[in-house]
Amino acid sequence: MAMATDVPKDSFRLSMLIYDTRYRSYTIQIVVLILFAMAVAWLLNNTVQNLAVRGKQFDYSFLWQRAGYDIGQQLIPYTNDSTHFRALLVGLLNTLVVAFWGCIFATILGVIVGVLRLSNNWLIGRLMTIYVEIFRNVPLLLWILLSYVILSETTPQPRDFRVTDEMAAAGEEPAASMMLFDTVAVTNRGTNIPAPLFDRGLGTLDLGFMTLNLTFWAILAVIAGSIWVNRRILASARAQQEATGDRPVTWWKSILVLFAPTILLLVALGFHLEIPELRGFNFAGGILVAHSFTALTIALSLYTAAFIAEIVRAGILAISRGQTEAAFALGLRPNRTMSLIILPQALRVIIPPLISQYLNLTKNTSLGIAVSYLDLRGTLGGISLNQTGRELECMLLMMLIYLSISLIISSLMNLYNKSVQLKAR
Amino acid sequence: MSDTHALTVTFVRDTMLPPAPPPVGERGAVKWMRENLFSTPLNIALTVVGLLAVYALVTAALPWWLNSVWNAGSLSECRQIVAASAGEGATGACWAMIRERWHQFLFGFYPPSQYWRPVLALGLLAAALAPVLFAGQKRNLTIVLGSVAVYLLVTLYLAATPAGAFALSIAVILGMIGLAQVQPGRLLWFTLLYPALCFWLLWGGSIWSPVVVMAGFALLYGVFRLASPVIGLAPGAAAGILVAVLWWLYLDIPTARALQQALPFGLQSVNSDQFGGFLLAIVIGVTGITFSLPIGILLALGRQSDMLIVKTLSVGFIEFIRGVPLITLLFTASLLLQYFLPPGTTFDIILRVIILVTFFAAAYLAEVIRGGLAALPRGQYEAADALGLDYWRAQRLIILPQALKVSIPAIVSTFIGLFKDTTLVAFVGLMDPLKGVTQIVRADINWKGIYWEPYIFVGAIFFIICFGMSRYSMYLEQKLKTDHR
Amino acid sequence: MKKTVFFGALAATTLLAGLASAGTLDDVKARGELICGSNTGLTGFGAPDASGNWAGFDVDLCRAIAAAVLGDATKVKFVPTTGETRFTALQSGEVDVLIRNSTWTATRDSELSLDFVAVNYYDGQGFMVKKDLGVSSAKELDGATVCIQTGTTTELNLADFFKQNNISYQPVTVGDDSEAQRQYLAGACDAYTTDASGLAASRATMPDAENHIILPEIISKEPLGPVVRHGDSQWGDVVRWTYYALLIAEEKGVTSANVNEVATSTTDEEVKRLLGVSGDFGAKFGIDNAGFKTAIAAVGNYGEIYARNIGEGTTINLARGLNALWTQGGLQYAPPFR
Repeated sequence: MAMATDVPKDSFRLSMLIYDTRYRSYTIQIVVLILFAMAVAWLLNNTVQNLAVRGKQFDYSFLWQRAGYDIGQQLIPYTNDSTHFRALLVGLLNTLVVAFWGCIFATILGVIVGVLRLSNNWLIGRLMTIYVEIFRNVPLLLWILLSYVILSETTPQPRDFRVTDEMAAAGEEPAASMMLFDTVAVTNRGTNIPAPLFDRGLGTLDLGFMTLNLTFWAILAVIAGSIWVNRRILASARAQQEATGDRPVTWWKSILVLFAPTILLLVALGFHLEIPELRGFNFAGGILVAHSFTALTIALSLYTAAFIAEIVRAGILAISRGQTEAAFALGLRPNRTMSLIILPQALRVIIPPLISQYLNLTKNTSLGIAVSYLDLRGTLGGISLNQTGRELECMLLMMLIYLSISLIISSLMNLYNKSVQLKAR
Repeated sequence: MSDTHALTVTFVRDTMLPPAPPPVGERGAVKWMRENLFSTPLNIALTVVGLLAVYALVTAALPWWLNSVWNAGSLSECRQIVAASAGEGATGACWAMIRERWHQFLFGFYPPSQYWRPVLALGLLAAALAPVLFAGQKRNLTIVLGSVAVYLLVTLYLAATPAGAFALSIAVILGMIGLAQVQPGRLLWFTLLYPALCFWLLWGGSIWSPVVVMAGFALLYGVFRLASPVIGLAPGAAAGILVAVLWWLYLDIPTARALQQALPFGLQSVNSDQFGGFLLAIVIGVTGITFSLPIGILLALGRQSDMLIVKTLSVGFIEFIRGVPLITLLFTASLLLQYFLPPGTTFDIILRVIILVTFFAAAYLAEVIRGGLAALPRGQYEAADALGLDYWRAQRLIILPQALKVSIPAIVSTFIGLFKDTTLVAFVGLMDPLKGVTQIVRADINWKGIYWEPYIFVGAIFFIICFGMSRYSMYLEQKLKTDHR
Repeated sequence: MKKTVFFGALAATTLLAGLASAGTLDDVKARGELICGSNTGLTGFGAPDASGNWAGFDVDLCRAIAAAVLGDATKVKFVPTTGETRFTALQSGEVDVLIRNSTWTATRDSELSLDFVAVNYYDGQGFMVKKDLGVSSAKELDGATVCIQTGTTTELNLADFFKQNNISYQPVTVGDDSEAQRQYLAGACDAYTTDASGLAASRATMPDAENHIILPEIISKEPLGPVVRHGDSQWGDVVRWTYYALLIAEEKGVTSANVNEVATSTTDEEVKRLLGVSGDFGAKFGIDNAGFKTAIAAVGNYGEIYARNIGEGTTINLARGLNALWTQGGLQYAPPFR
């Protein structure tokens, strides 16, 4: 009777650690853990010894020393008297700004190309295929170098914009002229764009560790407020529509709420554009967008867009033909079908690979080294490392920062992905 | 009815009219253009824009291509020739630089008299891959090995191979073709030997060093076979590894030296700093992907594992490597690796780069293989369990063969990505084809100021290789599809 | 039991590896090859030619050291290093000596644990502009765009110079010399700043050299010289005195052509000691007694190296200037060889 429960209760033997599946996984894990700990200890020990041999200390105090070098593109105030840490921040922001614009342009271009590749226009379809294949199969480094050479070799020098007295007398035009109503100047050094200026700015607020530009934050707050109010208006309109069946006219309210406060604030602050003008060797005034930035952004966008186009195409093809036919049967026009039926469904297939493309793009910004764009790698991992000779500290910190950026992006995008995916009920 | 009808109508056609040709607008080029280029206003606009773009590109670049100069000793000479033939101010490509320096773009500073060695190694690589990709398929094996034989005949002749080496390599490849007809399975032995052979061909030196290293593996296997029936599988494997490690640590170098003294045989040794151009890119890419495959498989299995510690470590490694740019890893190879190794150890920068590239590729491959594992239906795992297979047997016999097969296209695209990324080694001072060699060419006074030509030349080669590989992997994907959905 | 054996073996190998580097001189001799950190390509100072043979002013010093230590000037392996990887390559032992236009500064000597053993080229940072820019002094460069190589001391000097003169500039950092030149020629920067020798070398190879001028201001001292690891003074001495041997040879009129003849016929005691005819000075440095003679025979004296690679008459066309011997009003001065 008791046969089933009569399993022999064998005493624990050492060999069971290897042969008994109940214990084996623990054995393996402990062995792995010990090996891992030993490897880490070995590496640490070596590092300590190496530091001692070279007479170096592992400390980050150099971050608070004077950097001494200049950075061409700075989104926050920085001079060569600032600290290495400040230089790090400038570099980090430069990395992020390229990644930001790169992702936006790559997505726009990628979606357009992906859709156009499926177009029934033979010429456009072929051109897009050629574009995608060429960009996907040639190293990114080449595109970066090439865009940089193109930008700096084909654009005019600042002096070509100059109108000398003799030329004015003879009524000659200068060799180059500014674009967009004389507000933007593209030279072979960079693009000069108008800068927003305020006569009555709100000044800055010093928080000790960083300074806040109050004007900027005030404008941001007003815009955010307007958007919030606008959403309230739309929500109440929807509520009224559901209750009564009539939708009140809201477009003028929306426009008023969205734009009026911002415009009023700008007028109150004395907003005007500072147009770049040729002074001395260069254009002065306005904002100079260096070609290293432009070339890097263009190359990254074009390269990543080729991959995104393939993702979009695959996503659209994954939606069954029946969906399109059903939409046509409902009388939707092709572009409405695309935007209302196909794309929303394709999005679920598209987003996961899209996330990894965004991550790739962000990591690839480090190739700015090829055009000497001073991003995080250029400042912390480049000049700071070089001038202080602290490669261990600089490299570890840089990897940590890149890792954090990647993890933040991927977790944000994963959150978004979750909100788009079909809810399994 | 019909009768009356027949009476009232004087003529009834009893044969069909030949079909009239469709209206002009519905046939031939016009119809094709209407349907494919001008079907809607939007399409008309797109077509016009496309044509304008093509026109702009062609007018901008065509004169430059047409004015190409192939025979010149320097850039200024090129410019003079262009100015003389096409008038002052005309632009023209200066391919003379490529003509003079092409070998550096392909081989770096590899000694020109030894070019046959990398060429041969590349051909044999295809021969070594074939038995893996087409296990037991006689026809495909013969085709691949046959093409390798033709490739070797042509390239080895062009590279002025010494007669002995020429004959020997052709004999080897013909022997492999013969073996493929009789016992295609045996060809795998060549694949196993290939890494040592390739190392010896590329770096040269005494033949005995790779032979002795391979003997270590043979020792490992022999001890394992002898010991495992006595003391069990795991201890047997441990004993084998131990013996092999001791062999490599203490007996390897003396044995190789003794053998070299007794039977001196070797090739002219080539330093790794002489490697450059596409040779370097291929060496780093192929070695990286080869060594990363087993590591990637282990990482993928570790990530899938139920064991918490193993899983955490695998995930940590994968996410760390995937979270940082390759360039920081390369700088780690060049700046930091020496901190992590015992003081005084130095080894070749190429080797250090390969190690870091291997880690990098392993993390990406792990994710690819994890995808392959996830694609397998749950039933496969359960079936393996039901057969009573233990973990490693189940993985080796049931799971991995299927998962790897599913992953092949993704593995190939990882390789393409890695191959393109090898250009980044220029930033740690190695001579990659794109930046490293170009920089050296430009440091020559004759070619100072040449920009487009090297980029176009190198880009075209990259395109051919990568595009070819991606197309081949698509073909392979079709071919390997054995499910009948 | 087995485990302990294994870990014992592991520990032993670790120890062995740790002890392997006794002294660079012995390492070089055991290896039979000198590993010399060089430029990735700087015309005149160090660049490989079409067949991969390195040539240049710095390269010849490497060859002289190889000749002195190993008796063969061809036994040198050149490892190209970038501005960013050069010092780490030296510290880690990847190269034995770094001869690559590196400026001797206090930070590098102290914090980076490097030893600069000599100055083989006295240089200073200058500016090159196009003639039609109408600038005759660097102080007129207010608001200009300046191209500058990253990873060098020039970045710091430039910042200091503009700050002292209270004028502004827009830096354009570039990776290497050829890229900087491209940018400068394309007009992407108004001025290109680097060591004056580098500027002269660049200018000399430009298709329209007469349209470019080098401004008179030299804004920094750039003593360039060979670097070795800190704490290996024996090796440092060998490098230093090989260099001085070349200088003394020029001072005494010993050239690669006449070195053998001089060795037999000279009555100058210092030359005799230098060439290993009398005394055992070479041996005291731990090299062959006639090592310096081999070096001179292989690459010539300092003047010959200069004239061959960068001197007047070559495309680079640099006057001796500060680098003339002290007897001729320059700074190149070797301590007595006794």
